[in-house]
Amino acid sequence: MSKEAYAYTPGLKVKRATAVAKLRRLPIPGEVLIKVGDEVKHNQVIARAEMKGDPEILKVAQLLGVEPEQLGIHMTKKAGEKVTKNEVVAAYRAMFGMINKIVNSPIDGTVESISETTGQVIIRKAPVQVEVDAYIPGKVTQVIPREGGVIETNAAFVQGIFGLGGERHGKIRIAVSSPREELTADHIFTEHKGTVLVGGSLVSFETLRKAAEAGVSCIVAGGIRPPDLKAFMREEIGVAITGQEDVELTLIITEGFGSMTMSEQTFNLLKDFENHMASINGATQIRAGVLRPEIIIPHEEPLEQKQNELSAGIVPGTAVRIIRQPYFGAIGKVVALPVELQRVKSESYVRVLQVNLGEGRVVTVPRANVEIIEG
Amino acid sequence: MNKGFGEMKYILATDVGSTTTKARFFGNRNGEWRFLVAGEAPTTVEAPYEDVTLGVRNAVREVEELTGHRILSEDASHIVVPCDGEAGVDLYCTTSSAGGGLQMMVAGFMKAMSAESANRAALGAGAVVMDLIARDDGRREFEKIKRIRNLRPDMILLAGGTDGGASVNVIELAELIKAAEPKPRLGADYKLPLVYAGNKDVRDKINKLMKDDFALTIVDNIRPVLEVENSTPARTAIHELFMAHVMSHAPGYTKLMKWTDVPIMPTPSGEGAAMRLIADKYKMNVLGVGLGGATTNVYSIVGGRFVRSVSANLGMSYSVTNVIRETGIENILRWIPFKLNEEEVVCRLMNKMIRPTTVPQTLDELIVEHSVAREALRLGLNHHKRIATRLKGVQLQRTVSDVFDQELAETYVNMKDIDVICGTGGLLSHAPRRAQTMQILNDAFQPEGITRLFQDSVFMMPHLGVLSTVYPEAAWSIFDKDCLVRLGTVIAPIGKGNVGEPVMKVEVKMPDNKEIDEELNCGEVRCVKLTAMQEAEVTITPHNEFDMGKGPGHPVQSTVMGGEVGILLDARGRPIDLPADQSNRNELLLNWFQALGMYDADGLKELR
Repeated sequence: MSKEAYAYTPGLKVKRATAVAKLRRLPIPGEVLIKVGDEVKHNQVIARAEMKGDPEILKVAQLLGVEPEQLGIHMTKKAGEKVTKNEVVAAYRAMFGMINKIVNSPIDGTVESISETTGQVIIRKAPVQVEVDAYIPGKVTQVIPREGGVIETNAAFVQGIFGLGGERHGKIRIAVSSPREELTADHIFTEHKGTVLVGGSLVSFETLRKAAEAGVSCIVAGGIRPPDLKAFMREEIGVAITGQEDVELTLIITEGFGSMTMSEQTFNLLKDFENHMASINGATQIRAGVLRPEIIIPHEEPLEQKQNELSAGIVPGTAVRIIRQPYFGAIGKVVALPVELQRVKSESYVRVLQVNLGEGRVVTVPRANVEIIEG
Repeated sequence: MNKGFGEMKYILATDVGSTTTKARFFGNRNGEWRFLVAGEAPTTVEAPYEDVTLGVRNAVREVEELTGHRILSEDASHIVVPCDGEAGVDLYCTTSSAGGGLQMMVAGFMKAMSAESANRAALGAGAVVMDLIARDDGRREFEKIKRIRNLRPDMILLAGGTDGGASVNVIELAELIKAAEPKPRLGADYKLPLVYAGNKDVRDKINKLMKDDFALTIVDNIRPVLEVENSTPARTAIHELFMAHVMSHAPGYTKLMKWTDVPIMPTPSGEGAAMRLIADKYKMNVLGVGLGGATTNVYSIVGGRFVRSVSANLGMSYSVTNVIRETGIENILRWIPFKLNEEEVVCRLMNKMIRPTTVPQTLDELIVEHSVAREALRLGLNHHKRIATRLKGVQLQRTVSDVFDQELAETYVNMKDIDVICGTGGLLSHAPRRAQTMQILNDAFQPEGITRLFQDSVFMMPHLGVLSTVYPEAAWSIFDKDCLVRLGTVIAPIGKGNVGEPVMKVEVKMPDNKEIDEELNCGEVRCVKLTAMQEAEVTITPHNEFDMGKGPGHPVQSTVMGGEVGILLDARGRPIDLPADQSNRNELLLNWFQALGMYDADGLKELR
């Protein structure tokens, strides 16, 4: 029998008290407004930059009917000059006024370049201000010049499996009495405005709509049915890269698609921190830099003893959740890790492990179909 | 590499995939290189690991566990090279598609000419092409700019103009790209590589315009004249830049590059090299496919011309819901011969998308995945056919007029000309029964005439592809003996008929001179057992309008190879029509499954 297995699926994090560090960066170089040691609030702007406005390309030579090399003599504006919408930027007059062509700027902006190779003129719109905030309250532990910094805090940290929508904030409120209960429209009240509302096994589109009307910041639930997801997104999902959707609230699903009882561990943890302020993000990306939706609840509790997660592996006694049929959602403890490949019902030969689901029930599942429950 | 080839004992090859890192261990057995064992582990490119070498180590540990041979150093900090008799390997090489692989934007002056050639060059280099910008792509300037600004490519390929031809147009395109200021995926301070492969007369102008804002590389023109497509210099530059710029930013790659003796290859390049091995060895037209978790790569070598397409949005895990979106859930359900609630199927597939490393444990789960695979492959082939077309803009001597024919867009990849189909990728390689892989490929690609089918035994084509760049003899030995599973031969006439009507008579003369005569009606599939080492003489006489390639009703004689499944006689017609009525369709599907022994009969009974 193998004592340890390294080939496992990393589990979602559900931690009561852990150090959370968030890297906050501008998309382009700019100005950082913080220094190491600063205490910041979640909505404090920590860096800002000016992003160049959109360019407008004018085929001026073509419009005037002149050769590109002659463009310079017909321009009425030079590179670097500001222009307003409809202002004349180039003119061609000839034959004693019989030919009188002008080109107007379609936008307010600045003449960026005049090309005597192509005859094109590029006018750039006014720059756009870009800011990044701290997202979580905490201490600045690192500054990245011209980009941003790292903010750290002690917090409860919960990962979901899938989400929609971006960063938001709100107080945790538990709307249901158990993780098995569906979150329905009847659970939504006006006092839930701005909150991170926690449901149980399922949330429907009707409930999401009511929550959006009530101004709820985020809904957390165990599962959602595909048609409800489609209605909420207003389109079918293609690949799991989310976070930029135009949705009225952030949605965080903790277990999967369909009706899924929320993990007791997750539900109880969120319940313990009811009325605490949370920073949440629904952004999800399954590959090329995996992101999972998250709920961060800063608090003052002492940190949990740090486990060396990277070398733990699965050993007998490890708590796992089964993440595929036929035992989807079941939780148990590993009792054995056979080395040899074993035949499962699909007739595949795979590495397996045996899980005790309690009450004497031991099942065999592929090792790939479990995730460690990280405590 | 310290030993001569003849002294080498062990080779380790890995593929760091988007989902899984796969280790393959090869050994020299009495002068013959053979596959020994496989190990797999989830790829660790994500937080908290953010180091691909951890996943490599985990996969290698599986190999160590299964063989009892230590490969990693005592502190597991590296792979021991060379083998000292007790531990280590004599060569370590790897491919990778982790981190999403290479994502490129391609720009060319004319969509159907330079842009299309540039697209093929990028795909041939192993890239995923995020968008193709061209002067005549139907978008207005501001739309192109907005699109470029939203994309976050790893690299840009710019082409346009023949050498000595019009120059202004490609510079216009360059000015547009420069003005749009594309931002790379890999961070604010990373200078975006741009490969210029257009009209050589404007290289100086391009250099002056672009060098300050991009990491510019200039190579030979992809279309120096209209009649020639010269993509090798661009492909080589793309690959080198990929290694130097993109790979080095991915977490753990700098460490991984130190572990390996051979430059890391993008997985599709490794796969493509392996497909070419088959075409070179057998001197046949080959259609290959790599059905992965995120992408479907299709390769064709027809008339010596190699083309690769990437359907970046069609895969069996990460992008499985995109397969549903593109084909429609009904097209997936039509391949499932028992009642499953539509929403239940969608839920299962969406849960697979968000938990991509899981595997099917039950028979119904397996059949659902196989149904999705058929659709992903079918769509991938359609996409490939749109890329594998004749060069456009070329004067056609055969036409009556001398007008450039830019309307011709038909593919030259015709199934009746394909001699060999080869499948690789996790689902195809790990299918529990060979008949499953054969029939999935047969249903999806619908080969016509007489076609041999192969599969990758345990998914090692990328590994052997990269190995073939340094030790082609070792690679072919393993490929031939352990990787390439001969599934058999499909015999399928073209034509349509009603279920029950005669389609063909097949006379098979077996190696022991026994004769087997089969008469098949429309809708039937049968299998004649013939092993991989055997050949049989066949005479196929199609009925009426059915055609085996020599005209309707004309008989065809041939020597066919066997395989682990055998000779698959397919009288369903081409294209295959599935009945709209679910009950009739289920009955047909179950007949086909049974005829080929695709699934456990008792298991199927339980599901019905």
